Amino acid sequence: MSGTVKINDFVVKFANINGSGSASANALFARSIIRMGVPATPRNIFPSNIQGLPTWYEVRVSEAGHLGARDGVDLMVAMNPQTWDRDVASILPGGYLFYDNTRFVPEEKFRPDITVIGVPLTSMCNERYSDARLRQLFRNIIYVGALSALLDIDASVVEQLLSEQFHAKEQLIAPNLEAFYLGRKWAIENLDCPIGLRVRRATTVGERIMIDGNTAAGLGAVYGGATVCAWYPITPSTSLAESFTRYCNRLRIDPATGKNRFAIVQTEDELASIGMVIGGAWNGARSFTATSGPGISLMQEFLGLAYFAEIPAVIFDVQRAGPSTGMPTRTQQCDLISAAYASHGDTKHVLLFPADAHECFEMGAQAFDLADRLQTPVFVMLDLDIGMNERLTSPFDWDDSRRMDRGKVMTAEELEAGRDFGRYLDVDGDGIPWRTYPGTHPTRGSYFTRGTSRDEYARYTEAGRPYQRNMERLLRKWETAKSYVPAPIRRDAAKPARYGAIYFGSTADAMDEAAGILAERGMALDLLRVRALPFADSVMDFIDGHEKVFVVEQNRDGQLRSLLINEGDIDPKRLIRVLHYDGTPITAQMIVGAISAAFAPAPARELAQAAE
Amino acid sequence: MTYLAKPTLHHPDLPTNTLGYTRRDYEGAVSTLCAGCGHDSISAAIVRACFELDLPPHRIAKLSGIGCSSKTPTYFLGNSHGFNSVHGRMPSVLTGANLANRDLIYLGVSGDGDSASIGIGQFAHAMRRGVNMVYIVENNGVYGLTKGQFSATADRGAKSKRGVVNIDSPIDMVGMALELGATFVARSFSGDKAQLVPLIKAALTHKGAAFIDCISPCVSFNNHLGSTKSFDYVREHNAAVNKLDYVAGQKEITVDYAPGKVELVTQHDGSVLRLRKLAGEYDVTDRIAAMEYLAGHYAKGEVVTGLLYVSLDSPDLHDYLNTVEKPLNTLDDSELCPGAAALQRINAALR
Repeated sequence: MSGTVKINDFVVKFANINGSGSASANALFARSIIRMGVPATPRNIFPSNIQGLPTWYEVRVSEAGHLGARDGVDLMVAMNPQTWDRDVASILPGGYLFYDNTRFVPEEKFRPDITVIGVPLTSMCNERYSDARLRQLFRNIIYVGALSALLDIDASVVEQLLSEQFHAKEQLIAPNLEAFYLGRKWAIENLDCPIGLRVRRATTVGERIMIDGNTAAGLGAVYGGATVCAWYPITPSTSLAESFTRYCNRLRIDPATGKNRFAIVQTEDELASIGMVIGGAWNGARSFTATSGPGISLMQEFLGLAYFAEIPAVIFDVQRAGPSTGMPTRTQQCDLISAAYASHGDTKHVLLFPADAHECFEMGAQAFDLADRLQTPVFVMLDLDIGMNERLTSPFDWDDSRRMDRGKVMTAEELEAGRDFGRYLDVDGDGIPWRTYPGTHPTRGSYFTRGTSRDEYARYTEAGRPYQRNMERLLRKWETAKSYVPAPIRRDAAKPARYGAIYFGSTADAMDEAAGILAERGMALDLLRVRALPFADSVMDFIDGHEKVFVVEQNRDGQLRSLLINEGDIDPKRLIRVLHYDGTPITAQMIVGAISAAFAPAPARELAQAAE
Repeated sequence: MTYLAKPTLHHPDLPTNTLGYTRRDYEGAVSTLCAGCGHDSISAAIVRACFELDLPPHRIAKLSGIGCSSKTPTYFLGNSHGFNSVHGRMPSVLTGANLANRDLIYLGVSGDGDSASIGIGQFAHAMRRGVNMVYIVENNGVYGLTKGQFSATADRGAKSKRGVVNIDSPIDMVGMALELGATFVARSFSGDKAQLVPLIKAALTHKGAAFIDCISPCVSFNNHLGSTKSFDYVREHNAAVNKLDYVAGQKEITVDYAPGKVELVTQHDGSVLRLRKLAGEYDVTDRIAAMEYLAGHYAKGEVVTGLLYVSLDSPDLHDYLNTVEKPLNTLDDSELCPGAAALQRINAALR
């Protein structure tokens, strides 16, 4: 049969075996499309495993610039016999199957409604290479070569990418190029090239850069002036601390002495990580940790101390599916409640919600200013989808006149001049007291930090009134935080809309695409992307201004919805859950389906609500 | 219970140190521990050591966990910043503080419940990292604030005040500190000020992880017959290996003991530890021998005290991390932020 024709708008999925060296070949494939000016969004779907289990790499090609995940596969590169059946089943009717036909695959293993493309990858490798590891590695490059011919990707961009990739190891360029052309030539000589799926040069990539959120956040911490990093390895946050380490080694070495303007400690557990962060921040160094849900659980007691003792700590939480170990390599937005109200007693924490790598960088730097200004822990809530996947994002920028805002820190000169210092005294009416760094002045400004109640001058007390005054001041500080944190971004529909949608973080790409589809179908929806807790008043205004508001998020319990209800005293009936939580990234199709039901005529709507 | 202020009137004839401070300037609030508590003696020893060393009080940061011992930083060094953190986790907070500013002196105060029970992990890792600090465990073998439960340093067979016999094997913090790489290890007794004050002074001037296990009887819950952490028991079983005199670097050293009986150890800051040997040829620089000696004497029911081990010129955590000499908390934007031009180069490499 003849296959679907789609130019610059399709999904290619690679089914591989973990540890087979496919990752760099697959990334080369995605980057070659981007180099042709066509946005391509790769996503790694990987197991909690080092070697042997199935892994997938999905590339959505979209000249229109949709970066969210999409259901259905147009071209499956089936390199893993273990997952063959479900991989073949996932191909859309009219789609394509690319496979290694060195070994015979029985007829019934295929589908009649797809185009099957066999390339004898293994026998080509065996013929050309004698070393077993080379056979495996170059097999991946050979399929990139064959795919380049099938999809009409310019060989020159791949040549360019390979020479950039191996500029430090030039001897590797030639063998990689050879393998690439081995596959490309075989395809040109033996197959009908190109197929219906094609990449055509475009200009929609523009100035954008390709980077993952964890790397961007680690770089943001460098620019934000972080000097102490204490962390414990946990998927999917590990690469954030590693990014900070890598950029520090490049950008933070004192050229005169060769010594480090940073201290990074891999700790024994997450308790020690947050303990060191609190100690460092108490002592005036910008300090952070990177972790995921299980780490947040372990840090609970310390987070309460940091809230009550008013320590500026920064925590990057790269969320993964829980509870417990959950799905350690799958994405969710499921730590909102545990982070927002972390610890025993009455606590509330500042959360930031970056939606892409650009914001991971921005908020990664800004979090340190916020923590210092507010003297409280600040969480930057990434998730696996934006944290661990490279994606096109607008380039980073930095204003060289920007300075770290260390907040209210009383100096030795001010103390010497006799300025009154009460560690927990609200002199400015904003709920934020002044602090001193240890060692500032011989006889003034020292105080005792504790998790136990104390008065405005940090003197231990178990009396009820000073305790209550302090707790109320912390609420005033929370109010102040509303105007400090990143404001929500509102985008209204072209025509007046009765309904609105609130979403955050990695849901943004799919939500944007969904709103476009809904608008085309005549369903107007106003959008509000929240970027922080506490919620700005404009978030509540947005809810007030709409008959109903969909809250779109990636967890089972509607955690953002719960926060909105709790923090804004919202009638729960007005907030409609749109939830996706199977561990895969949310798609526009899923959102469109859920929201369309509410726009449908009354009987259909009731049915949809009953199903919910 | 509220904070108790001490009268600020000083006796006009109180001696001052070279900085012009009196001993009162190193004191804190009035202790709220039980009358006669060993911990108050340790607080007094800390005050005396800091006074005698002429340390500027505000250049010391005192950190603790939770428990009776961890309350004591309120009762000494009132002009120092203090941090009463969470139970068993003082070592990580201290480590972070030390990373932020390598120029301050870090004094960690903890108890046996705080360090040997709930906090054994953080204790161990702080020792093995070589954090430059003085870590004092005020060891009474019992939980005071919760009224008399055993801690992990209680000896097997020891009897609680209520008559319960401890069935678990004890953790020897000194043995662990030696094993894990602490570079200054001592044990003392809160009732022996003559031994304790020089040990604290030596620890405060030591570069690296200095650990002092200070047996400090609990007068309320662990000072009865059958306890192995009571004043009487420790006095009867104390086997000191040496008697320490701390000599500041500038002073001339005069050896007034018979040759072979005195060992002089010069620390990195030039101060000298003069050790009068009480136990044969005990060598404070031999870690393996120290571990053997301790184990042998524990088996005989003896509590070995004194300076047990010191390693000179050892690197500390900052050396291992190769951090700049300037404290990290004083670095400014020009030293920390790579700037827009570097960011443009990063952007370019990501296209």
